[in-house]
Amino acid sequence: MHILIALIAGGLFGSGLFISGMTDTTKVQGWLDVFGAWDPTLAFVMGGAILPMMIAWRLTRNARPIAGGSFPPPPIAEVDRNLALGSVLFGLGWGLAGLCPGPAIASLSYNGIEGVVFVGAMLGGMALAPMLRARLDRTAVAA
Amino acid sequence: MEMDWIWGLAGGLLIGLGGATYLLGNGRIMGASGIIGGLVDKSGWSTGKERIAFLAGVFLMPMLLMPFYSGVDTHVTGNLIVLIAAGLLVGIGTRIANGCTSGHGVCGISRFSLRGMTATVFYILAGGLSVVFFRHILGVI
Repeated sequence: MHILIALIAGGLFGSGLFISGMTDTTKVQGWLDVFGAWDPTLAFVMGGAILPMMIAWRLTRNARPIAGGSFPPPPIAEVDRNLALGSVLFGLGWGLAGLCPGPAIASLSYNGIEGVVFVGAMLGGMALAPMLRARLDRTAVAA
Repeated sequence: MEMDWIWGLAGGLLIGLGGATYLLGNGRIMGASGIIGGLVDKSGWSTGKERIAFLAGVFLMPMLLMPFYSGVDTHVTGNLIVLIAAGLLVGIGTRIANGCTSGHGVCGISRFSLRGMTATVFYILAGGLSVVFFRHILGVI
């Protein structure tokens, strides 16, 4: 049950990324490029995606997930250094190539060797992250 | 080109439906970087099958839709140094921040999470700076 639901959710996510044009790096970079030919598409994608999710979060009240278990705990209201620093690093890479993790996987079948190189480097970065995070946490304690 | 926003909105709704399915079905937040990263650093191996199934859906659906569309192009750069640097930054950054465009952006903002909204502001500003710097100042992208 869990696996089937995950496959369907992934299929919807992948279809949405494909149809919306978010696997086209010029659309992403076009949205970020306020000094160039600005492309507003990404804002429509975000708005469209947030709407069903707002309804879904509302439905989690007084209910349980269909496949059992429990819903995620309420969000933490604490903003820490890792959140800001990590997001800045991510944003720099996102602007540089016009790819984030979801579209990178969604476009893997038609993004050529370039797509494979990007995903390989991304997986490498993800493997390095726990070590870097531990180092950051040590300096946070020292400070 | 004038139709792009409609496709954006329609695709966005599908992305949100995917997130809603994952949340209401399995009780999980649909964050691409978390789902992938948990497999890479072994922190998510206990839910490994579910993660792999999700990623299989993400990979397979665009591949199946592809033949029905013409002229789909990712316009990705051929510069290997840019690709590797960007991939490393995205991989490290999303894992240190604990989320990306889907987890912090779509799933976080929709429940008014302060962390999600803060992360989104930071990565969009950094993304904008990145394009300005690498495109308009250095001219490498």
